[in-house]
Amino acid sequence: MSAALAPAPAAPIPTVGRPVTQLRVIRSEWTKLRGLRSTWYCALVAVVLIVGVGAAIAASAKTGGASPALSGAAAVSVSLYGILLAQLVISVLGVLLFSGEYATGMIRASLAVVPSRLPVLWAKLIALTGLVLPVTLLAAVAEFFVAVAISSARGVAAISLTDPGVLRTVVGSSLYLSVAAVIGLALGALLRKTAAGVAAFAAVFFVAPIVMPYLPHSVASIGRYLPSSAGGSLWGQPLVAHPLGPWAGFAVLCGYAVVLTGLAAWRLRRCDA
Amino acid sequence: MMIEIDGLTKRYGDKVAVDGLSFVVEPGVVTGFLGPNGAGKSTTMRLIAGLDRPTSGTVRVNGKHYPSCAAPMSELGILLDARSVHPGLSARNNLLALARTAGIGRRRVDEVIELAGLAEVAGARAGGFSLGMGQRLGVAAALLGQPQTVVLDEPVNGLDPDGVRWIRLLLKSLAEEGRTVFVSSHLMSEMAQTATRLVIVGRGQLIAETSVADFIGRAAVGDVLVRTPEAACLGQVLAGPGVTVTGDGTDVLRVSGVTAEQIGTAAWQAHLPIFELMPARASLEEAFMQVTQDSVEYHAGARR
Repeated sequence: MSAALAPAPAAPIPTVGRPVTQLRVIRSEWTKLRGLRSTWYCALVAVVLIVGVGAAIAASAKTGGASPALSGAAAVSVSLYGILLAQLVISVLGVLLFSGEYATGMIRASLAVVPSRLPVLWAKLIALTGLVLPVTLLAAVAEFFVAVAISSARGVAAISLTDPGVLRTVVGSSLYLSVAAVIGLALGALLRKTAAGVAAFAAVFFVAPIVMPYLPHSVASIGRYLPSSAGGSLWGQPLVAHPLGPWAGFAVLCGYAVVLTGLAAWRLRRCDA
Repeated sequence: MMIEIDGLTKRYGDKVAVDGLSFVVEPGVVTGFLGPNGAGKSTTMRLIAGLDRPTSGTVRVNGKHYPSCAAPMSELGILLDARSVHPGLSARNNLLALARTAGIGRRRVDEVIELAGLAEVAGARAGGFSLGMGQRLGVAAALLGQPQTVVLDEPVNGLDPDGVRWIRLLLKSLAEEGRTVFVSSHLMSEMAQTATRLVIVGRGQLIAETSVADFIGRAAVGDVLVRTPEAACLGQVLAGPGVTVTGDGTDVLRVSGVTAEQIGTAAWQAHLPIFELMPARASLEEAFMQVTQDSVEYHAGARR
């Protein structure tokens, strides 16, 4: 028995696994994202918040979509204020995509089959954006037409998508939410815990903008470079002009996403799973 | 096509989980991985899968550095523990998500579902699975790519007798196909039936790298068991220098220092009846206890 090694097999052992490619990992991540109920709950709640809050604002504003003092684009951005609530739901979706795997232990299976690891992060990012961008874009466009319909029923002059800044505001709200989702994803990968990731997102996106104005002026001026304020310039904030302008502000938001994703990539690559 | 571990060390903070471990797991046979709790078995398996980075030393799977493999799923299939699945995904989607990374299609996924006996629950969310079903799902995941090397941490944990038998036959058939099979288990009797070779560790260090037969043979001390209604008389007859006779109050004596032939002859001369006479074979469990006694990390009651 001591020399019980079996003879080498004559034929090569059949295997079916083919090389890992980025595209295959994206399909894998899409399978996970699509298969989870939480994905569709989050998407549904986000859509309901965007369209529902928008309709409520359009129906309750004094003279329709917004007060007459506001330009067409500003009225649209006010009616899109559901974005502020939807961003929390969308970011939870992003955080969960990573923290959910750490919480359940699936990350071990995921990284064992993709031991180079980084393709998993890129694939999650692409799958998440591939879901959030079209869903929120559809919601924002739907909200726009719902709000316009409600406003014109109340006798307010209709706003058109082709009015100055209107298309940018509608599309921008969806771009903003997509980048917020990516920031959530990066926080989930970086912190690995759902509670920590969601709390960090809420602190930066909800709490900091409230606290900042009360701090000494030198600190408070940094407030406009917070991700929500800078990124918000693309789709909203009509009452306070943002010094950066819409696209530069959006670039600042993207900068936060890039830095956090970079940190997440570093931790994923360097640290034990 | 094997696992080669050379000078492997892993520290977590100031705790050394694996300490200069070197061994080779050969293809074609089932190799058991034994050791007391905290001996570093699971850590070693995580290091094999590239989930943790070694503090020093190397692991090679099929001659390659696993994290750099082009097609990981055809090289290594691993079950780390039953909770490596997403409870919110169905069994099929859990498997499909892993399969997609290697371009493995639904047909192979359905094959392993069938193989693991999960066909009836494949659409159900894995969160509702019993420990045993979760274990079957984890094993199915490890088999997806028909890997050259299969590493399973405690695969029979939580399985019913039917499942235990399934694992045993599965591991043997994988080994017969020429694959490398490395499996840890706490169930010694199960390991004795399944494994041909053994790697035994304690406190992160290698204790023995041997075959099951040699390991048990070395532990056997040449005792002989005698069953006789005249236990007390036979004990006196056999007594002598270098002979130890121990009884436990029943009709069985354990005798060392004389052969079974000598006992039979002595009993016949003394007109004492003997019902059974057999050499005592150590079980794998006894052999294991002997070897690991010094290295048991947490002796029962040690904290008192």
